[in-house]
Amino acid sequence: MAYDITVNGTTHHVDVDGDTPLLWVLRDVLAMTGTKFGCGAGLCGACTVQLDGVATRSCITRVDSLGDAAVTTIEAVGATAAGASVQKAWLEGQVPQCGYCQSGQIMSASALLARNPDPTDAEIDVAMAGNICRCGTYPRIRAAIRAAARSNAKGD
Amino acid sequence: MAGKHCTARSAERLTSTCAVRVSRRSVLCAGVAFGGGLLLGLRLSLGTAAAAAAGTGDFAPDAYIRIGRDGRVALVMPFVEMGQGTYTAIPMLIAEELEVDLDQIRLEHAPADEKLYGNPLLAGVQATGGSTAIRAAWLPLREAGAVARTLLVSAAAARWNVEPGACRARRGAVVHEPSGRSLGYGELAADAARLPLPGKVALKAPAEFRLIGTPVRRLDAPGKVDGTAVFGIDARPAGVKIATLAQSPVFGGRVKSLDDRAARAVRGVRQVVRLDDAVAVVADHMGAALKGLAALAIEWDEGPHARLDSAAILGELEKATDGPGTVAQTVGDVGAALAGAASRVEATYQVPFLAHATMEPMNCTVDLREDGCDVWVGTQVPARAQRAAAQAAGLPLDRVALHNHLIGGGFGRRLEVDGIVRAVEIARHVDGPVKVIWSREEDIQHDLYRPVFFDRLSACLGSDGRPLAWSHRFAGSSVIARWLPQAFNDGLDPDTTDGAIDLLYALPNLRVEYRRVEPPGVPTAFWRSVGPSHNVFVTESFIDELAAAAGQDPVAYRSALLDQAPRARAVLHLAAEKAGWGRPLPAGVGLGVSLQFVFATYMAQVAEVEVSGDGSVRVRRVVCALDCGSVVNPDTIEAQVQGAVVFGITAALYGEITIENGRVVQANFDSYRMLRIDEAPSVEVHIVRNSEPPGGMGEPGTSAIMPAVANAIFAATGKRLRKLPVDPAALKHSA
Ligand code: FES
Ligand code: FES
Repeated sequence: MAYDITVNGTTHHVDVDGDTPLLWVLRDVLAMTGTKFGCGAGLCGACTVQLDGVATRSCITRVDSLGDAAVTTIEAVGATAAGASVQKAWLEGQVPQCGYCQSGQIMSASALLARNPDPTDAEIDVAMAGNICRCGTYPRIRAAIRAAARSNAKGD
Repeated sequence: MAGKHCTARSAERLTSTCAVRVSRRSVLCAGVAFGGGLLLGLRLSLGTAAAAAAGTGDFAPDAYIRIGRDGRVALVMPFVEMGQGTYTAIPMLIAEELEVDLDQIRLEHAPADEKLYGNPLLAGVQATGGSTAIRAAWLPLREAGAVARTLLVSAAAARWNVEPGACRARRGAVVHEPSGRSLGYGELAADAARLPLPGKVALKAPAEFRLIGTPVRRLDAPGKVDGTAVFGIDARPAGVKIATLAQSPVFGGRVKSLDDRAARAVRGVRQVVRLDDAVAVVADHMGAALKGLAALAIEWDEGPHARLDSAAILGELEKATDGPGTVAQTVGDVGAALAGAASRVEATYQVPFLAHATMEPMNCTVDLREDGCDVWVGTQVPARAQRAAAQAAGLPLDRVALHNHLIGGGFGRRLEVDGIVRAVEIARHVDGPVKVIWSREEDIQHDLYRPVFFDRLSACLGSDGRPLAWSHRFAGSSVIARWLPQAFNDGLDPDTTDGAIDLLYALPNLRVEYRRVEPPGVPTAFWRSVGPSHNVFVTESFIDELAAAAGQDPVAYRSALLDQAPRARAVLHLAAEKAGWGRPLPAGVGLGVSLQFVFATYMAQVAEVEVSGDGSVRVRRVVCALDCGSVVNPDTIEAQVQGAVVFGITAALYGEITIENGRVVQANFDSYRMLRIDEAPSVEVHIVRNSEPPGGMGEPGTSAIMPAVANAIFAATGKRLRKLPVDPAALKHSA
């Protein structure tokens, strides 16, 4: 089957089985390798993308379930206000270590801030608990999300 | 020393007129770089430096600094970035003395070559591990930077016909202060390359550092926040196919029969590769490969380990500690002291197999052709990886090109080359390049594991409560015996006993014994904080037991035994003070302390732990004080400790690989659990600054946190946990 999917504003025609996970369409068919594979089972968040702005695990999202949802990936999240402020806070807070989980972390964090510009610590924990970081960058992720929220509030 | 011959065998070619300089710490040679700039080669391996200093022959540089005619500084570096900040800290050392800004330095991966890039602290193996990078590079790289600066200043002074003393290097240029003239390094590089090496260069005093010791931003961070960083798994040579695999679920098993008809019918599947002990499905994309794999019907011949289980493995270890082991350290007469004691404190401890579970699952891409082979992978051991690939491919070494990548988590897993060999085996059957990606389940079930250990301890106390005798006997696998056999001697290796011998405390009678017992079939490997990941848990728990037996405060008890270790005492007191040691705490909450000196770093941690009625444990806060000597990048140190603490808590609370019927029970992050952000403590890091040689920082935080948590649980509940991971059932209603 062939599917038309919209990724970062561009429509792509992909010819794969309908049960193919979006993750592999992105990485192997469209050659967009910023989205990472961690578990393939919705357990780690490395593959997080946004569907119409909602953080979604692409490894368990079938391509035939997308319809005309807009897929946003790490390659383009910087073009959104929340994404840009999160990336900036991530750099300023020196969050990444090995960096492998960070695409997913940033996609989850920017989805959170887009819908909730000033989350509480508890809300941060809930929104980010699906994203594992084996390098243990959690303290800095928390701090960076708070910093991004503050900079949004100040309007810069 | 000029005139000694300098050979640069691979990455760079020096002119035959290059000058060589040997100092106590390192060897340098200088010459004209390809394209006409200044090239400095340096040798980080102390062994070879010593040989060259003794005048016994050639030496080959293992790191290079190249200053181009455009003024750009390139650094070819033997260490690998896997999240620990090496790509930032190492250039800082050169930039400091060379007087350039960090962003003027470009890094290049060293090609695979053990002869050239061997790590002196890892017996010459080209490897990044054991928290050794900064320790190996600290003096040689600074000295190289200073030599280059001196040459550039001399070149400028000659050009202007002025005294070198009137010139100063600043931000990539040499300035003649009286006249205000200035020349960029690029304009001076060619002249500098023709000068003899300076006999002596002065290194900056720590007070003059402008980069070292400051929190510098990581050079690799931007690519890691916008998705452009390229890990091994992201390699995409033209025409690459994707494969995934099933390896024998039982260690040592083989494929008995295979029905791949359904798999080959899956759209996108190109072929099925049957190996002796594994089956791989090759497809257009990983989605099809996984679907094909699920459609395979494989029957396994389970082989000799089909009945193996964890209890039997542990039973063997326990039995082994009944008899004496090889003595790793002995002080005084433990036997006599214990025999004469009115009472003893005795305990047994055990720690489980652990998987590495790097975030980036194992993967390797191979393009195997008749006459050569390209390998794309992220490895901690490039030269070993190249050798393994060549062997598996049946090609000479120089026909194998290894393209190393950023590493999505190493922790010791990528010191192993099994995944590379596997990928080459599969590539032998595939036309064109193939990327082999392991599912998370394969990654966890076919890891090489941190070994299981069983420990037996016995001590007696003097009338003042201080330990009189300390006996520690343990059994388990020696990773070194397999990985670096030349370092396994007379039943002992320097890693398995690290953290068990050379304890900080005054112990008048001490004996540490080790019995090497390899678990049948189960491969073992280095794991973040290696030997100390086991030993520090045991020794720092047991000293806590002695404090309790003596009826003394755990911090005061330790402190009293540290007359000979003032740096250790200082971090212990600092951590206790910052953590508010001794303050009243609510029921169910406790503080636990640990203290260690491993990887040449002193570290104390205080964990604040809360135990709920259902026995579940939450680590609320961790305070760490450390003294790692000279600090290169304090921000990286803080990050490494934060990460290592999370890594260690994950192990202490959840980490356990169990074997049933010869196979690993755990499979993905549901059964092999990772600490998540909602469970993560705040981690405070306090650094004691001095100018001692730097210690390692990648690993110590992991070994230190495990006993701190166990000791805090004891403080909160009165229950002493001698087995990891923490069993909440044992803590129910104890708080
Ligand atoms: S790869 Fe999708 S959640 Fe882990
Ligand atoms: S930065 Fe390495 S897994 Fe998160």
